[in-house]
Amino acid sequence: MGDIFARYDFFGAFWLTIQLSFWSALGALVIGTLVAILRVSPVPVFRLIGTSYVNLVRNTPLTLLMVSAILGLSLIMGLRLSNDVNMDVFLWAIVVLSVYHAAFVCEALRSGVNTIPTGQAEAARSIGLTFRQSLTEVLLPQAFRGAIAPLGSTLIALIKNSTVASVIGASEAAGLMATIVENETGGVAVFFLFALGFVILTLPLGVWFTSLSRRLAVKR
Amino acid sequence: MRAQVLVGPQVCRYCAAMSEPLVVIDKVNKHFGDLHVLKDIDLSIDKGEVVILIGPSGSGKSTLCRTINRLETFESGSITIDGKTLPDEGKELADLRADVGMVFQSFNLFAHKTILENVTLGPIKVRKTPKAEADKRALELLDRVGVAHQKDKYPAQLSGGQQQRVAIARSLAMNPKVMLFDEPTSALDPEMVNEVLDVMVQLAKEGMTMIVVTHEMGFARKAADKVVFLADGEIVESNTPNEFFSNPTSARAKDFLSKILTH
Repeated sequence: MGDIFARYDFFGAFWLTIQLSFWSALGALVIGTLVAILRVSPVPVFRLIGTSYVNLVRNTPLTLLMVSAILGLSLIMGLRLSNDVNMDVFLWAIVVLSVYHAAFVCEALRSGVNTIPTGQAEAARSIGLTFRQSLTEVLLPQAFRGAIAPLGSTLIALIKNSTVASVIGASEAAGLMATIVENETGGVAVFFLFALGFVILTLPLGVWFTSLSRRLAVKR
Repeated sequence: MRAQVLVGPQVCRYCAAMSEPLVVIDKVNKHFGDLHVLKDIDLSIDKGEVVILIGPSGSGKSTLCRTINRLETFESGSITIDGKTLPDEGKELADLRADVGMVFQSFNLFAHKTILENVTLGPIKVRKTPKAEADKRALELLDRVGVAHQKDKYPAQLSGGQQQRVAIARSLAMNPKVMLFDEPTSALDPEMVNEVLDVMVQLAKEGMTMIVVTHEMGFARKAADKVVFLADGEIVESNTPNEFFSNPTSARAKDFLSKILTH
C-alpha cells in the first residue's frame, strides 16, 4: 500500500481536484448569479432566457456535457482553449463544471431571493437606488445570506462531480484511482483511500457552511 | 349639502392657485384586474401642505399613495412632482424617487445593514455624499428621532416604534421635497404609536410637505391641513380636518366615521 504513494502522485491528483473545484466553483458562482438575476428580472424575455438555461443545463447529464465539450467543441470544432492537451482538458472541465453547476447556484440564490420580503426592494427603490444598486446593495447580499446552506450543498456536489472530468482524461483524483485500480492489487483499499480523500475535502466544508449560514442569517 | 360637495374641489383649486402646487395628480386611473381601484383621481398638494388620505379598507388610499412614487403603476392620467412628470422606469424615475421620501407600514429597514448604514445608504449611493459627511448628517437625524444610541444595532434588534423612526430618518436623509407615509402606525403596538406621531407632527410643523395614509384622528386634527376621503377608488370628500370630522357632508364619510369613532 505504501508504495502506491511512492509510485503514483496521489497528492498531486487531489491537488488537481482542488484546483478544478476551486475555479469551477468561482465560475459557477459568477454565471449562476447572472442567471439568477435574469430569472428575477422584471423583463419577461430575460426571465425566459434564465429559465431556459436552468432547465436545459440542469436536465442534461454532466457526463454528456463533459464528453460533448471535449469531443464536439474541442476536437471536432477545434475550439482549443490551450495548445497543451492536458491544459485543454483541464480548462474545458472547468468550463463544463461551471456551466453545469451555475444552474444549481442560480436555483439556490433564487431560493435566497424568495426569503426577502418585497418591502426590501420597495424601500430600496423608494430611496432612489437604481435597479442595479437595489440588486447589489440590498437584494443580492440578503439573497446570498439566505442561500448559504443550499450553496454549500452545491459546492460539495461540485467537488464530487469534478470526478466526472476523468472521463475526458483529466488527471484528477478519480482518474488516478481508475489507473491504480487497474494496475495494482487491493482495489477495495485503494477505493477507500480515495473516498477518504473526498471526505476530508467535503466534510469540513459542510460543517463550515452550516455554521456560516447560522452566523450570517439575516434576522427579521 | 349637495352644494357643499360641489364647492369643495373649487375651493381647493383656488388654494392651489394661490401657492405653488408641488404634487399634481391629474385624472389617474388604475385597475387591479377587473377592479377599478383608482377612478379619475384629481388631487393637488401644495408645498408645505399636510394631506391625510383616509377611507375604508380597499378604497384605494394606499394605492394612491404608492402611485405617487410609482411603486404602483397606473394606466392613464399623470402625476407631476415639482413640475416634473413621473417617468416610466429607469434612471430618471430613480432620480425622482430620491426626492420623494416614503415610510411604509412595515418599516422595511434593510435587514442586513445597521441602523446607521440604513440611513447613509441613499446619500452615499444616490447623492454621492462622502461617507464622513453622510455619517455626520445621519447621526444628527437619528438623534432628532431619538434613536442615535442604537446606531450600530440591526433593525431586528429594535422595537417597531424605533424602527419606524429610523425609517423616517432614512427618508429625511435624502432631503426629500415631499414625504409619503403609508399607514405608518398601523403595524405598531399601541404604546409606540405616539413616539412615531410626535416625530411626524414635528416634521409637519417644520413645513415638510406630507401625504399621509392614516386613521389617526389625533394626528389629523393636530397636523393636517386637509383630509381627503376616498371610497371605492374615488375622492368623495376633501376638507379641513375639523370640518371633515365634525361635519362630514357625504353619506359614505358619515358612515365611515361613525364606524371608526364609536370605538
